[in-house]
Formats: sequence, C-alpha cells, structure tokens
Amino acid sequence: MELVTFSLLNGAVYGLLLFMLSSGLTLIFSLMGVLNFAHASLFMLGAYFSWQLSRWVGFAPALVLAPLLCGLIGAAIERYGLRAVHARGHVAEILFTFGLSYVIAELVIMGWGRNPIENRVPAMIDFAAFHLFGTSYPFYKVLMTAISVGMFAFLYGAFKRTRLGLVIQAALTHPQMVGALGHDVPRLFVLVFAIGSALAGLAGVIGGFALLTEPNMAANLGPIVFVVVVVGGLGSIPGAFYASMLIGIVQTFAVALDYSMLDLLGAFGVTLTRADRLYEVAAIKIAQAAPIIPYVLLVVMLVVRPRGLLGTRDT
Amino acid sequence: MTRERLAWWIAAALALAVLPLVPGLDSSFSRSLLTQMGIAAVFALSYNLLLGQTGLLSFGHAVYFGLGGYAAIHFLRAINGGLPIPVPFVPLAGAAAGLAFGIVLGAVTTRRAGTIFALISLGIGEMVHAATLMLPGFFGGEEGVTASRTRAPHWLGLDFGSQLQVYYVIAFWLLAAAAAMYAFMRTPVGRMCNAVRDNPERAEFIGYNPQRVRFVVFSVSAMFAGLAGGLHAINYEIVAAEAVSAERSGVVLLMAYIGGVHHFIGAILGAIAITWLQVSLSDYTTAWLLYLGLFFMAIVLYVQGGLAGIVTLHAPFVRARSAGRLLRAYALAFVPVAAEVFGAIALIEMAYRRSTAPESGTHMRLFWIAMDTSTPWPWLIAAATWAAGYVAWRRVRPRIAAEWEAVNG
Amino acid sequence: MAEAALRLDQVRKSFGATQIIRGVSLEIPAGERHAIIGPNGAGKSTLFNLVSGRFAPSAGSIRLHGEEIAGLRPYRISRRGLSRSFQVTNIFPRMSVFENVRCAVLWSLGYRYAFWRDVAKLRDANALAERTLEQIRLTARRDAAAGVLTYAEQRALEIGITIAGGASVILLDEPTAGMSRHESESTVELIRSISAGRTLVIVEHDMGVVFTLADRISVLVYGEIIATDIPQRIRENAAVRSAYLGDADA
Repeated sequence: MELVTFSLLNGAVYGLLLFMLSSGLTLIFSLMGVLNFAHASLFMLGAYFSWQLSRWVGFAPALVLAPLLCGLIGAAIERYGLRAVHARGHVAEILFTFGLSYVIAELVIMGWGRNPIENRVPAMIDFAAFHLFGTSYPFYKVLMTAISVGMFAFLYGAFKRTRLGLVIQAALTHPQMVGALGHDVPRLFVLVFAIGSALAGLAGVIGGFALLTEPNMAANLGPIVFVVVVVGGLGSIPGAFYASMLIGIVQTFAVALDYSMLDLLGAFGVTLTRADRLYEVAAIKIAQAAPIIPYVLLVVMLVVRPRGLLGTRDT
Repeated sequence: MTRERLAWWIAAALALAVLPLVPGLDSSFSRSLLTQMGIAAVFALSYNLLLGQTGLLSFGHAVYFGLGGYAAIHFLRAINGGLPIPVPFVPLAGAAAGLAFGIVLGAVTTRRAGTIFALISLGIGEMVHAATLMLPGFFGGEEGVTASRTRAPHWLGLDFGSQLQVYYVIAFWLLAAAAAMYAFMRTPVGRMCNAVRDNPERAEFIGYNPQRVRFVVFSVSAMFAGLAGGLHAINYEIVAAEAVSAERSGVVLLMAYIGGVHHFIGAILGAIAITWLQVSLSDYTTAWLLYLGLFFMAIVLYVQGGLAGIVTLHAPFVRARSAGRLLRAYALAFVPVAAEVFGAIALIEMAYRRSTAPESGTHMRLFWIAMDTSTPWPWLIAAATWAAGYVAWRRVRPRIAAEWEAVNG
Repeated sequence: MAEAALRLDQVRKSFGATQIIRGVSLEIPAGERHAIIGPNGAGKSTLFNLVSGRFAPSAGSIRLHGEEIAGLRPYRISRRGLSRSFQVTNIFPRMSVFENVRCAVLWSLGYRYAFWRDVAKLRDANALAERTLEQIRLTARRDAAAGVLTYAEQRALEIGITIAGGASVILLDEPTAGMSRHESESTVELIRSISAGRTLVIVEHDMGVVFTLADRISVLVYGEIIATDIPQRIRENAAVRSAYLGDADA
C-alpha cells in the first residue's frame, strides 16, 4: 500500500515534469511544425541557470530569472537562427535544432564542466510537506506539482481567454490563414518560441532537483519527451498531459517492481531453467525493462493509432 | 554504364588499392584510419539512400549498423568455433541481419514520413539501445561481444591478422557496396525514391504507393548499414552497445549531411572528413565536439549542399577559368575570418580548460602561445581579435558578393 | 449500351458541417471530351479530388469503366487507368524533365518496384517518355531540372506527366490557367492531340477553350450540376446564363 501510494505520487510528479516539457514542445510544434530538438537543452539550461543564479542572488529570484533567461535565448534562437531556415522545410529545421542541441550541451560543459553539479534542494523549500505511512514527502515535490498545475491553468486561460491566445489557437491548425488575415506571423513565432523555451526552463529549475543536473540531462530526457508528444497526439496539449501522466506513472511503478516473467510463470507452476531458450528474456525484471517502456508504448501506438491519443494532425 | 562513368569507378578501385601503400599513408596508424574511413563511408552511403535520395531523416540508423555488427561478430565466433567460412564473407552476415531487421522494423516505421518518421526512428533507436543491456546473452552486456579474425580458415593464403589485409577486405566491400547502391538508384524503384522525395503526393497519382517505395529503400539501406556493421566487427573484433547508440546515429547523420546529401559522393566525403576530425581533432582539443556541432550548423545555414556542394558550385568556374578571380576575392576574407576563428578558438579552449581540467592549472599553450587564464589579458585579447575579425569581415563581404555576381554574369 | 467511362451517382462531400458537393450525378461516355465549368467556389476542384482519390466522398458512387473507385487511394485509381493534372503545378522539381515523364510511365509498363534493372536500359519506357516529350514539345529541355522551367513549360510538363502513362480517362484541372492567348492556343492543340481516343474531363474558366474543345459541358454551381448539354444549348440556357455566363458574349 505504501509502495503504491508513493509510486503514484512520485509518478504523478514525474508525469507533470514531462508535461511541463512536452507542452512547450507541442506548442512550438503545433504552431510552427518545427520539432525543436533543442527543447530539452533549454530544460537543461534552466537547471544550470537556476543553480548558478541561486548562488549569486538566492533561490527565489532564480526561480523567476532562470526561465526568463531561457525564454530570451529561445526568442534569439528563433529570431536569429531558425527564421532563416523556415523556408527550406521541416527537415532543415530539425537539422538546425539537432545541431543546436549538440552545441548547447558542449557549451554547458564549457561553462560548468563534465561532471554533475551539486544541485541540492535550496534550504527554503527543503522540508517535509506531510507524512505518509511514517515517511516524509518532500515539499519541493509539492511545489513542482503546484507549478505544473499552475502552468496548465495559465496555458489554458491564456489560450481560451485572450485574443492573442485565440490567434495562436487558430494558427495551430491554420497557420497560413492566420498570416493571410494580417497577423504578424514571424513575431508570433518568436513569441511562441520564447514562451515554449521559458516553460522548458521553468521545468528545468524544478526538475534539476529531482533529476541529476549534468550535461547529459537533455540527451536523457529528450527522447522521452518526443515519445510523449507522439503518443499524446500532435497538436494536442491535453493529449500531451494524458501521455505524460501515463508514461510518468507507469515508468515509476515499473522501476519499483522487481518481478519478471519467471515469477509470473512460477505462479502458474511453470519453471524455466537457464538451459531453456527463453530463460534470458523471461528473467528480465520489470524494473530492468523500465527504460524501454516509453518506446514500446510508442511503437504500439504507432501501429494501433498513428494519430496518438488525441491527435488532430497527421504530420 | 557510360565509358566515362566506368572510368571513374576503375580509377576509384585503383586508388583504393594503392592508397595504403603510398609513402606517408603506409603506417599502421594511417592504414587503421583509412579502414575506419572505409567503414564509415559504407555506413554514410547507406544513410544517404534515406536522406538524400528519399528525403527520410532518421535518427536511429545505428540500429541496423549495430545489429548487423552483433550478427557478424556472433558469426565470427562461430567461425572461431570451427565453422569453415573465411573472414571476408563475414560482413554478409551483417548485411543479412540488417536486411531482416530493416524489413521487420521498416514495416512499422515507414508508415509515416517526415517529422513523425524522424521521431519513430529516434524512439526505436533508444529502445534497441536500452534492450542491449537487458539481453546480455546476445549483446554481451556492458563489455560487448568479442571474436578473433585470425582463428579462421585462411583464404588465398591470407590470415587477415594484419591491418593491411583487413583494409583490403573493407576496401573491397566498400567498392562493391557503393557500386550496388549506385546501381540501385538507377532502377525503377530507385528513380521513384527521388520522385517520392520531391513530391510524394504526385508520386501517388502516377500509380506508386509512396509508403511501399519508402519501405523498399529502407530495407535496402538497413542491409548496407548492417554490412558496414559487419565490417566494423571484423576490424575491431568487438561489438558493444555503443554501436546502436544515439551518438553513432547522430554521427552518421552529420557525415552524410556535411558531406553533401545532393550527390552520391557526398556521403564518402563526409565520412572521410568526420572520421578524420573524430580521430585527430580529439587529440588536440577536448572541445572538438563543439567545433563539430558549430561546423554542422554552419553547413545547415550557409552551405546546404555540403562539401560536395562546394565542389560542384565552383566546378563551372574552374572550367570557365574564372576561378582565379574568385580565389582572389576569397583571399580578401582570409585574414578577417582567420582572426574570428582564432579569437573564438582561444576563448573556447580557455573556457574548456577552466571547466573540465581545472587541476591542470591556469597556464596553457595555444598555437605555441603561452598564457595564464587566471589573468584577464588572454580573454580580452582573444575577444578583441574575434571582434576585429568580425568587423573586417563585414567590410569585406560586399566585395566578395560583387565578385561572385561578376563571375556569374 | 457501352459502359460509361466515368459515372458519378449522387456524389456528396462535406467538410465538417459544410457541404461542398451536394449530390452530383454525371455520366461520361468513353471518348467524350467533357468540360466542367462554373463560378469560383462551386466545387470543381473538389469534384476532381473526389474522382481521383485525393478525398473520399461522404456519400455516393463513382465508377470507372463500371468499377467502383469511390474512396480508393489515388495510386489504386491511377493504376486502373485514370490520371489527373493539377491546377497548381505538381511536378518533381529536382529531377530532370525527361525523368519526370519517365517516372510517369514506369507503373503502366509493369516495372513496379523492380530493383534489378537499369532504367537506362528500359527501351519501352525511354521510347514512350521521348514520344511524350515530343508531344508536349519539351524535347529541347529534357535535361533541365523541372524546377527551373518557365511557368508555361511547367504546365506543359504537368500535362505530360498526366498522359504519359497511357491513362484512358484524363482529368485536366485548369490547364491554361495563367497563360497568354498564344500559350493557351498551343495548349488547346496539345490537349486536342493527346485526348484522341481517350476520355477527357477538363475544368476550365477560359470559355474560348471550353467551347472549342468540349463535346459536352456540365455547369457546376454551389456543388450541384444545373445543366449538362452540348455547348450550343448550354450557351442558350437561361439558368446557366444567369448563374455564370452572363448575357455578354461568351
């Protein structure tokens, strides 16, 4: 019972982290068709900036400044880099952001070295939020949840209630039409890229405590975020939410489960020995298989329902 | 096959045969480097069947390279155990595995194109890489799988122990694979690959199912990637999880794109250039991956045709003998660009030293200049050099553009 | 009576809540040159898209030589002998003009997904491609990349790709759009020669072209056909005049 509760809680927190990342990516992808490979890199920058800024001005200002900085960098990437590439098609855009992810990872190494940095939870949020079954649950995870939920609320409100949100919503499915109606689409792109990047940065500030802050961060988390976007369905933020929660919770549960097919077969009275051909596959514990679960989900989704859970677009 | 084309192929074969015997390239190190370039070339050519010829961007092509490598190394182990097949035939096991996996995984992944295909390839790449640790029996766990290429039947009097002999095996397969891939592009389905790349919708209206075309080229490409993996297995006598990693997938993408996706020979140029950079540049600087990334981004932004594109861009001028004018114009840019490059390199190297090797102290040598990175001077001078170079470049650029217009007009 | 080449029965198409095609029935006998005219937004291109397989109809039947093709993928319809051109030029820009046309003949000559034969050695494919190039008068530009051709040349290539495969039913979507009078005239000649012995359905705005070429004309207004008849009677039809032609000289 304890295991289930904590796994559920942690899984939800992880899922919300994935959602923070994938919502920004979905936003950028839906509006511009650009698959931003450097999105997870901005997440990483958020974590590093937060650590650095915390050392200079304290955590509370860093919580605001780091995402802002990431937003500015995102705006610059779109304005001075991607803008020149849009006309050449999606493949060129992906290649540009792909190269950018390499470069950002190396710049992080150049700035902070190859080893993980000690990104400890700052004292002001380092206490127990509540106790469950005798174990304390850290406050910063509650903070993560609050920030993620707040973000979803902000996105929802901003899109449904503001005029700019309406324009962006329209551009999500009909970008050319929006341009033809006279809106400054290039500026819209810069704005959306900035917002998406700031969201990634914010996720990084919080996520930097939950995960190891190191130069490989982006490469580790990036592919999972892509899986979330595809599984949830392209162009759908609610879809990204469900997919994030699904993958977050399932993976967290999986890591805690030390059972394998052998155990399952054993329950039915079937035993396999090392000599049997399928022994090796059957002996894999669910915890060991946890890393591939998102990708198996991806393949299954692509075979069964290529549009994803709530997808509105085919490409 | 026209006379001219045949001549080029024969010249290539001769060059491959002679290369490791040329004084200067006949050291063990050089021969090893040439072998690595050969393997990379087969891999990059297989990748360009997808990217350049069919417009399919894959981030997980190393899966077929690696799985082919694993199949080949197990085949080699079987040979070590007594299977009477000579080493030069081992890569065929890699090709067979590549083809098999290409068909199985390709059936799923080629249903979509464009961005979704790219994402799927990434997902499958990660999946296979994660699976390597889960099945130590086939993948050998962290250390990988080893075999010996000398415990095998001799063939034509050769035991394939020396690097030179291995080189010739790779060179043979490179020539055979390149010729096969070139021929493939000239078949009906090969021509339709180009059509599907240019306009998949129109291809459908002339009777072809674009998905099926993609599936065929994907399987063929996977086969040649597996062949490259087999060559890798013979050369290193070990295959480990890095062979299916995202890094390897990324590097082959860089090779194909930097070399130039619009030309068949681009992949070969890219393989040569990037292999050389990987091997030698990493000796000089720990920042080499940054330089590679920046180089790649520069190509994406400014020179979409890659290295091969630069050559073909200037070929008409060489023929028209106006190349001299252009070169003189470029010479104007030499000093500003060199200043920018040196300034940037200095800043980058100093920063890397401080962050990755602080224990080496603050004194370092760069381009034979000694400096102390704890003082502000090296930083200021480097920054100033870069800035001066940038300003000068802006001045010179219109002149070069004008020359370009002139020779074109 | 011989089976009609193309037969539409109560075809409907809605996009969301908007009905674009509201029950179109049409029968085109083999060998006829049939024009479809109508005001902008009437649904002419949509009709072509339904027949050629780009969209599936919401209801109704479409028969090609008696066989149902409604909702089939474009490549399946193309393989059964129906070919179409596009209003916005839809060619293979990075391939040469000759290659563009040669690709269009490969399937009909049976080469499918063959990977063991060199296209340079396919005598019938190359000969057919050459003949098509001559017909569309682009032999001089055979090695140029299709993307660098002039607009009129690209329109000619567009038609060339459409007819090269020997389809028995040809759909041409505004083939003379954007052309000068002189260019239109040579295009009309081209269409006349290539449609000999085939069924031609053509969407056009240029009335001169329509009345020169067509055996019969259908008038499509707001997704419905309000008249189908020979050109003379269409010209005199009151409903057609008020909806589309106007009372001035056509």
